Parts: sequence; structure tokens; C-alpha cells
Amino acid sequence: MTGRAETPATADTGWRRLAGDFAESPPAVVCLGLVLLILGLAAAAPWITPQNPYDLAQLDILDGRLPPGSESFAGVPYWLGTDAQGRDMLSAILYGIRTSLLVALSAGALAFATGLGLGLIAAYARGTVDALIMRVVDLMLGFPAILTTMILIVVLGRGTDKVILALAVVQWAYFARTARSAALVEVEKDYVAAARGLGASHGRILLRHLLPNCLPPMIVVGTVQVANAISLEATLSFLGIGLPVTEPSLGLLIANGFKYLLSGLYWISVFPGIALLVMVMSINIVGDQLREVLNPHSSR
Amino acid sequence: MAVFIIRRLLQSLLVVFAMSVIVFVGVFAIGNPVDIFISPTADSIEYDRVVRQLGLDLPLHEQYLRFLGNALQGDLGNSFITGEPALGMILQRMPATLELAVFAMLIAVGIGIPLGLWAGLHPGTLGGQTIAAGSIVGFSLPNFWQGLMLILIFAVTLGWLPSGGRGDTTDVFGIRTSLGSLDGLSHMLLPAINLAIFKTALLIRLVRAGTREIIRQDYIKFARAKGLSERRVIGVHLLKNIMIPVVTVLGMELGSVIAFAVVTETVFAWPGMGKLIVDSIYVLDRPVIVAYLLIIVVLFIIINMVVDILYSALDPRVRLGSLR
Amino acid sequence: MTDPAASAPLVEIDRISKDFVQRLDVAGRLARGLGLDVRELRVRALDDVCFTIGAGEVVGLVGESGCGKSTLGRIVAGLMRPTAGDIRIDGTSRAALSGRDALTVQMIFQDPFSALNPRMRVRDIVAEGPRINKTVPGRALPALVDDTLRRVGLDPADKGRFPHQFSGGQRQRIGIARALAVRPRFLVCDEATSALDVSVQAQVINLFLELRTDFALTYLFISHDLGVVEHIADRVVILYLGRVIEEAPTEALFAAPNHPYTQALLSERPRLEAKGRAFKPVAGEIPSPLAPPPGCHFHPRCPHALPRCRQEVPVLRTIAPGRRAACHLNDGP
Repeated sequence: MTGRAETPATADTGWRRLAGDFAESPPAVVCLGLVLLILGLAAAAPWITPQNPYDLAQLDILDGRLPPGSESFAGVPYWLGTDAQGRDMLSAILYGIRTSLLVALSAGALAFATGLGLGLIAAYARGTVDALIMRVVDLMLGFPAILTTMILIVVLGRGTDKVILALAVVQWAYFARTARSAALVEVEKDYVAAARGLGASHGRILLRHLLPNCLPPMIVVGTVQVANAISLEATLSFLGIGLPVTEPSLGLLIANGFKYLLSGLYWISVFPGIALLVMVMSINIVGDQLREVLNPHSSR
Repeated sequence: MAVFIIRRLLQSLLVVFAMSVIVFVGVFAIGNPVDIFISPTADSIEYDRVVRQLGLDLPLHEQYLRFLGNALQGDLGNSFITGEPALGMILQRMPATLELAVFAMLIAVGIGIPLGLWAGLHPGTLGGQTIAAGSIVGFSLPNFWQGLMLILIFAVTLGWLPSGGRGDTTDVFGIRTSLGSLDGLSHMLLPAINLAIFKTALLIRLVRAGTREIIRQDYIKFARAKGLSERRVIGVHLLKNIMIPVVTVLGMELGSVIAFAVVTETVFAWPGMGKLIVDSIYVLDRPVIVAYLLIIVVLFIIINMVVDILYSALDPRVRLGSLR
Repeated sequence: MTDPAASAPLVEIDRISKDFVQRLDVAGRLARGLGLDVRELRVRALDDVCFTIGAGEVVGLVGESGCGKSTLGRIVAGLMRPTAGDIRIDGTSRAALSGRDALTVQMIFQDPFSALNPRMRVRDIVAEGPRINKTVPGRALPALVDDTLRRVGLDPADKGRFPHQFSGGQRQRIGIARALAVRPRFLVCDEATSALDVSVQAQVINLFLELRTDFALTYLFISHDLGVVEHIADRVVILYLGRVIEEAPTEALFAAPNHPYTQALLSERPRLEAKGRAFKPVAGEIPSPLAPPPGCHFHPRCPHALPRCRQEVPVLRTIAPGRRAACHLNDGP
């Protein structure tokens, strides 16, 4: 750890130390690499996939149900096989990752912003406002996410935006609880009192002082919640109440393959599942290590 | 302690009431169930008759009051589809779900606690790290995909176990159970493992973290220094102190296992109440959805309350904290 | 030495009381209705506290931890509302001060780690007050920041750094600069040196004394450290369980303490000034503020306690010019 030994000269020493601590766990570094790779693949999917799996003109039903490694009629290899419609599974998976991530990140961002805002307000205002917000949080947390999202989707209707909204509704409470407990510690600190003494407005204290200091634990919760959102969305899509078939996420790909599983066409379901597992697991491992690094009490 | 229990009871009643309103209003907003019932060719007189019969012509709050009044008498309405009482339909399916949930919890406890303990006692070893890594995998595997893989491996490839359904059941004191026959057990094994994997991973993490924390405490060192056998140190001193959080989490998780049975039951075609709710959602069978949710809410609240009170009985600090 | 009677008081602390109450919730009230013994918890942190601070004066506020001295500091600085009583600055009620006028009073905190926002650069910390209140035009801000940092002994070249890149003493200087940037007339220093190493402590105290003349400052210097107070204060006020029990010019107090509590404090004081200057607690337990003893709060620990001390609260009375004390012994046997 050379970062600590140097005289602190630049502002980013804190970040450099965090990076050093993070690198103490090689699996976490590998997983961080995987997460970045997956993000890159998802972003670049339309340009790097062999075919657009949802352009019917590019599909050939004669290529249907080919096992992994087969070649197409035209001689192009299907590394991960094809589904019943002759769709290249590799392309479908990359598009699926793109959709899953987009939905999970949007929901995560929405839940993060809502939870952070309400959590900070609860901790800062105390009293009735706090009690009210926290009762709702307890209610949300006491009820299993899978059921709440199912009901919400039934109530709201189908559609990508509805799924994002439903996921955000079940997740904001985790962020709110984390933000509140972090803010309750920060709000007692003297720098907040000093700001009040200098005539800072409530808005300024919340945004300029409390918010930046409550972010570290929120980032940990954020990573875990994005992983959860991916899982949850996949489950909903698998049950047939998630994303519409026009935007197939990994969950829908797996569900489509379910019918063929019993007849031995394993690849249609297994490969999207592995993609899902790798994605969720790497995010969880990165989140785990972040928690270790950011938690001053953890013993390493 | 009395204040604590009164507070919890009040909160619980409030939650049940709030949930009943939310659930009712929420479900009320779902589509128009009348369209499902009558043929598109039916005339408007027929349409109005159905609407009145279902009580859908009343204003929302009157529908709610009627619903609440009936609910207090144990009547949660009749299924729009089958015409049977919704509560009865759910209670009839409940034993299958509870059986699955309890069996899954037993598997989770039987595997999770010993593995977590071992991993906590040997943190640096290959075995300990493998268990820790395995628990992260178990945590990350989406429930439904685990189910598919279990079917692929044990039902399709190896052909050892059936891929779905409940199999033979026997009646014990009037309750159907799968535990009475080999066929029933073989049908239950895969869904129960499926439901148990996540909880096992959770328990491993919890027990491992607890063990690592407590093993550093002075009284463990003291017990060892006194010359107590390692078996006794772990069996008595360590386990006793890990059990408080474990029992709490187990209580909470029993509720979530019942909820997650929705997914497992769908994958394995297990005829429990989770499968019923998914089917009801597809056909917008309002009374069944509402009844299911209310039963789950009440179940959850009872479990949480019992756990809270048990916990405060076990740990005096909680009790004091709530009074001061 | 300033004679407090001669100069008009800058700060008047007029009969300040502060109660902390934990109210019962619905369940608690219900339980009480059912005949259970459940009560509100009420702590009287300050009880009818009265004294003044003259312009340019340094008043030391001394007492054991939990006696209410920090609460009083926060009330004077306007960070907390009193339950009863009023703080007047230059004759105007503290609560009526708003905008730039409210900046007249600033506070210096004990813990230099938590007193600075770790996510703000020094330049933004120091500039925050002037920026919010627009006390100087925007383009004059950098110059003001540089000047203020220099006045507290910091290098303006370091203003781009974050608080964690400074030592404890330097951080305390940043906190002082933050307060000075809005040109206050009165500083409340709450244990401002007690978290620092002894050598750094002396430097910071000397800084306070320099700034006193440079900026014509008045101080309320809260401390449990008699050595520091003797060094810096013109006058000392002693607080015991929320009540003022003695007030005197520093020299007079250290020469001849009147109240038995003050005497005990001074006798416990280590002779060597250089180390361990925090006093050891006076013999006996500090009574719980939840159930303070009746009469004079100090009587259970007082070697001279009379029967009267257990019933009657002694009044704070003038015992010599500029000196007040609250002890029944002063009434004669």
C-alpha cells in the first residue's frame, strides 16, 4: 500500500487508498473486470452481435434448434446454438443482457434517488415526518419483493416502464433505510451545526453537507440492489408478467427455453442462465468487497 | 415489556388495516373482470346482471366496507372463475405450500448451520473459502433458474427424480401430505432443494460471520484456557450465542420462503397456493388475489411479532431500548 | 483585566432553562392508562442560568461533563432553543437576529474531525459563510479566504486540500478560519482545545489570544480544564448540574474559591501544569441529572453540608464586587 506512505499531496489520495484496499481481494478485481466487460458488451451489442435476433428477416427457420457450435446454412458458426426460430443464442443473450441491465439500472437509479431523498429528509426532519416515512419503509421491507412486484405489475399493467417502476417501488425502501441511518450519524456531527451557525438553508445542509457524506453506504446498497433487480426482473419475465416479448430479457429467454429443456435442447435455457448468474454474481462479489473496503469496522 | 407488546400489537393491527386498503384498492384497479365472464355477444342486460351480482356497481368505499365486513366473518368472497369461496380455495392449497416451506427450511438449517460453522472456524483454509464462495453463488442464482437446472440434471439427464407435480399423497389426520410415501417424497425433494438453496446460502453467511465474530471474544478464549474440550466450546458457548440472530432470521425467512414458493411451485407444477396466485393473476380472479395477499400479510405479521417478542425475551437490551 | 461592570455587556444570558423531555408515544400512554408505571423522562439540563459577558471579555465556563455547559454554549450560539429565558446580543434577542446579524456569534467545536465536512475542500469550507450570506462580492472571496487562512496560521497554498489531509491542530485552525470569515464579534469555544495534544493546545490557545486583539473578539470559553481557563479567561463561571454556583474574576477565584465545589475542583488540580491538566472528578459520584438531589445539588458530596442544604436551593448572591456564589455557608452559621 504505497498510497498511504506518501505525503498526502493530491486530493484523490482517498480514492487511491480505496482502490488499493479493493485490490486486496483478487476475486473482487476479476469480478469488477467482468462487470465492466458485461457493461461494455451490453452497450455495444447492436454492433458486435453476428445478427440482430429480433429482425425476422435475418432469421432462418431452417437453422432452428441447432446445438452449440453448429454452422448455419450459410456457413456462419452458431457458438451457442440457436432457438426454435433459428435465432443465434449468442446474439440473443447479448441483447438480453442489454435489456436486463437497462431495466435494472433504470430501476436502481430511480430507487436510489427516491430512497436517498426520503431517507435524508426523514433523518433531518425527525418527528412525525420521520415516523411516517419509516413506517412505510418497514411495511415495504416486511413484505417479500417478489410478491409486491407481481401485484404492482398486475395493477399497473405490462410494459418495460411499468416493470422499472415496480422494481423501483420495492427497492427504494432499502435505500431510504440506509440513507437515513447514515444521515442520522452525520446530522449529529459538528460540521452540520457549524453550517447552521453560518446561516445555511435546510436545502443546502441536505445537499451540500449530508448527501455527499451518506453516499458510501448507499453505493454498496446500490450494487446489491442492481443485482437483485436483475434477478427479480428475470423472475417476473420467467413467470410471464415481466418485460414484453418484443424486448426479451434474459428471464424471457430462459422461459422460452424451458419448454425445450425436457426434450434435451438444454442450450436454449442454460446459456442465458449462465449469463444471468455470472452477471449477478460478479456484481454481488464487487458489492461485498466494496462493503469491506468502505466499512471502517470490518476486520480484514 | 407490556408497553413493548402493546406497541407491537397496535402496529400490527394498523399494518393489517393499511394492507387491506392498499390491496383492495390496488386490486380493484386491475382491469374489468366482467369481460372475462360473459361472452362478447352478451347483451347489456346480461352485462348489468353480472355487474350487480358481483357488487361492482357500488362505489369503491362501499365495496371496501362490504368486503371488510365479510372478511371479519371469514368470508373473503367467491372466486370469479370457479365460484368457490376464495378463502377455502387458498386454505385447501396451503398445506402443500407449508409442507414444502418447512421441508425446505429443515434442509437449509441442516446444511447451512454446519457448513457456516465450519467455514467460520477455518476461515483461511481452502474448504472455508470454498464454502464462502459457494454461498455467494447460492445467493446469486436466480431461484427459477436453479429450479430449471435441478430438473435438467436430476430429472432429464439422470432421470432420478420426477420433474414436477406432487405425486402420491397420504392422509394424516385429514391433511394430505407428501411425506407419507416414497413417491410423494421423491416429488418433494427437488422443489424443496430449490427453495432451500437461497436460505442455505443466507444461513452459511450468517453463521460464518457470527462464528468469526464470537471466536475472538474473551469468553471463548477463556473457555478454551479453562481446558474445556473443543467440542464443548463450540457446542455450548459458541452455538448458544450464534443462535439468537439465527433464530430471528429463520423466523423472518419462513415468511419469505412461503412467498418465494410462488416461483418454485410454478417451475415444478407444485399444487400449492403460490401456483394458485400466479394462475389467478393470469385470469384476474380478484377475490382470490385479495384473499391470498391478506392471508400472507396476516401470516407475516404473526411471524414477525412472535419473532420480535421472542427476541426481546432473549435479549434484554432490545427491551430496554424500546422503553427508554 | 477588564472590569465587567464598567463595559456594557455584549452578551446577556437571562434566566436560561433547558429541559430535555422524552414524550410517551401512543402505546406508552395506553400502558399508563392501564395503570402501569410508565413516566415521561425529563432532564433539566440548565436551570435559570444568568450571567453577562462584556465586550472584549473572555469568560470561562467550567464544570464536570454533563453539567450542561455544552448545552448552554449551543443555546448562546443559536443552535438550540432554550425552554425558558432569553439570550441578548447587544440588547437584541438572539432569536430575533436574522441574516447577517445572526453571524455575530460563531462557534468553535471540540472535535476537529467531525467539525469539518470531509467532502469539502478547505477553500469551500472557509468561504461557505461569506458565500451564503454574500458578505463580500464573489470576486473578493479568494482573497478573503487566503487572508483568513493566513491570519490563523495556515498556508493559503493548501486551500485546495481536504480536511483529512491536515493534522488535528491544523483542522482546528480551519474551523477557526471558517468562523472568522464572517467577521463575528463573539466566539463560543466548546472544549475547543481538549481534543488536541498538549503542545498543540498551547499554540491554539495563543492563537485565540492573538485573534482576540486582531479582531476585537469576545469569547465564551467552555472547558473542563482549569489550567486552560486560568490562562485565557478574565472571568470564570462555574456550573454544577445546570446551575451557576460561582462566578468570579479569574485571579480572585483561583486565589480564594468560595463555593465548596469550586474549592474541591481547585484542590484536585494537579500541581504540575504541563501534564494531565484535566481535573479528576471531585470525591463522590455525580448525581444523575434524571433525579437530582433536592436543595443544593452539591450537598451529597459537600463536606460542609448543613440540614438546610438538603431542602433549600441556595440563591446566587453577590458576595464581593464582581463575585457571586450560591452557597448557604455565605449566610453565616
